[in-house]
Amino acid sequence: MSVFINKDTKVLVQGITGSTALFHTKQMLEYGTKIVGGVTPKKGGTEVEGVPVYNTVQEAVEQTGANASVIYVPAPFAADAIIEAVDAELDLVICITEHIPVMDMVKVKRYMEGKNTRLVGPNCPGVITPDECKIGIMPGYIHKKGHIGVVSRSGTLTYEAVHQLSQAGFGQSTAVGIGGDPVNGTDFIDTLKAFNEDPETEAVMMIGEIGGTAEEEAAEWVKANMTKPVVGFIGGRTAPPGKRMGHAGAIISGGKGTAEEKIKIMNNCGIKVAETPSVMGETLISVLEEKGLIDKCKTH
Amino acid sequence: MNIHEYQGKEILRKYGVAVPNGKVAFTVDEAVQAAEELGTNVSVVKAQIHAGGRGKAGGVKVAKNIDEVRTYADEILGKTLITHQTGPEGKEVKRLLIEEGCDIKKEYYIGLVLDRATSRVTMMASEEGGTEIEEVAATTPEKIFKEVIDPVTGLLPYQARRLAFNINIPAEYLSKAVKFMMGLYQVFVEKDCSIAEINPLVTTGDGEVLALDAKLNFDDNALFRQKDIVEYRDLEEEDEKEIEASKYDLSYIALDGNIGCMVNGAGLAMATMDIIKHYNGDPANFLDVGGGATAEKVTEAFKIILSDKNVKGIFVNIFGGIMKCDVIAEGVVQATKEVGLTIPLVVRLEGTNVDAGKKILADSGLNITPAESMADGAEKIVALVNEA
Repeated sequence: MSVFINKDTKVLVQGITGSTALFHTKQMLEYGTKIVGGVTPKKGGTEVEGVPVYNTVQEAVEQTGANASVIYVPAPFAADAIIEAVDAELDLVICITEHIPVMDMVKVKRYMEGKNTRLVGPNCPGVITPDECKIGIMPGYIHKKGHIGVVSRSGTLTYEAVHQLSQAGFGQSTAVGIGGDPVNGTDFIDTLKAFNEDPETEAVMMIGEIGGTAEEEAAEWVKANMTKPVVGFIGGRTAPPGKRMGHAGAIISGGKGTAEEKIKIMNNCGIKVAETPSVMGETLISVLEEKGLIDKCKTH
Repeated sequence: MNIHEYQGKEILRKYGVAVPNGKVAFTVDEAVQAAEELGTNVSVVKAQIHAGGRGKAGGVKVAKNIDEVRTYADEILGKTLITHQTGPEGKEVKRLLIEEGCDIKKEYYIGLVLDRATSRVTMMASEEGGTEIEEVAATTPEKIFKEVIDPVTGLLPYQARRLAFNINIPAEYLSKAVKFMMGLYQVFVEKDCSIAEINPLVTTGDGEVLALDAKLNFDDNALFRQKDIVEYRDLEEEDEKEIEASKYDLSYIALDGNIGCMVNGAGLAMATMDIIKHYNGDPANFLDVGGGATAEKVTEAFKIILSDKNVKGIFVNIFGGIMKCDVIAEGVVQATKEVGLTIPLVVRLEGTNVDAGKKILADSGLNITPAESMADGAEKIVALVNEA
């Protein structure tokens, strides 16, 4: 078991003929992901990396039975691509594209109300269930199959956490990058809920950063509902207020969204927070020891 | 992206949002001419810088005649204003807004922001005009009223009316207040604002509802479709290195320390700053090279880091995903050769094409200190900088 994706997930690549998409399509195929089709308007009927290309998502779904898509479409056209995928009633849409205008995402979120499609991202590394399915841009080789769920607002910081866990012998059930934008699809709570219900997941690593209050809300949810241990990290402790730290969502404004505030609330809700990014793995392992979960979680 | 108050008011005027008459002036003579053309008894001389708190710093003066306009314009132009938003170095005033004075009855606050919790644009209003909204939120939160706006319908008239009633705008101003709010919302969505703040909004003795100040910020990601907004950009208000970085799509923020950082991904870049601090070092910058970096971009990133004279060492921390380690390595080698690097350089590579990347660095014959992990790299660069 795992969350959101597994070996049976059939994936479309939207914007498959772009150079980034091509590179990562190849990587995903090598990893074993079932890429069943691609979509690029006007390139329908062609083939790339042995994958058939269609003009529209609807046509691709009808022809291939795909139930998920990954989007590499450039930012000005990405919101349209997300809505096209939702309209085709895919179960899961993962949007890798960064720099999508916020007002576009406000409309996308409104459009998705009442729909059953799950959106992950935008501006995210994607989702991976080790040894089964990799959808996105993460380096596959650092992941090992196991029992730790990972959820993060940051791409490369997720890799860092996963790498530390794998090196210490603790594989992952699924790693989910929810992205660093202020308006996104799946959030911390959605992912924590899924990990809580997933029998394969024994503990969760949650990686946040400055800006907004998503970590605080997630911490309250954990305190009230989560039956599995959660460990955290917050990036940006040393970031100055008022400066946007790369991610559109990572800004301390009006005294809100500081790392200190988030860490305090997470601690109060029973989430142990790693002191530095280099001890994310160690911190999780120390909690597994406390809870007697080492044997269950040690995979290699 | 930020713009000046007078530019914001130009946009508002186009959307039928009432603002006082005014003109921009770059010299004292232009200021005097502007006041003469306005022809009002009282005019206001306002410093135009990209920071709030100008009034308290002496950047806003009320002139009762043309001589006073000349005196104040002369005093404010060229002056360095230090406000709570400029930092200790302050900002030099190079432009003035000369505006007609008005008979203020009462000041209010109106602001539009994105509410992250609902993923919708929200209008906030308060009768505590002239005070910063953060302060009102901290001391008297019950005086802030909010309307969450559905993007399908936009701000509806009843919502605007409800806000106006809640903040006690007198009934005789109601229709003008509603028109004002509806126009402001149009500006926000059509121009891709990230913030639109009118503080204060005022009611006047002659029955008007006016924006006495206007702060508009724009979503950088939407500038590709807002060509007229880009025209408003004032490069003199921005950090030189940050401008240079933005040309190459690099996300760079200058800080006070001496260890230059080059990282891929915003989260990892922040965490890299954090870990340098943890080992008692001091980062000189935040720099995210992004996902689609080329060797050329990396070279430019290096040059920008090195243009900061405080930098005594560089830490490159890359975890390749979309970014390939060999591309970074090539860029580092090319940049090191091009700029003739003389200060310590620590490089930590992991992720996509890591072996190819490490090999490029090792074969380059350059004096590059490899690191096994981010902690190892941070420790090494802090030690090297301290030795130097």
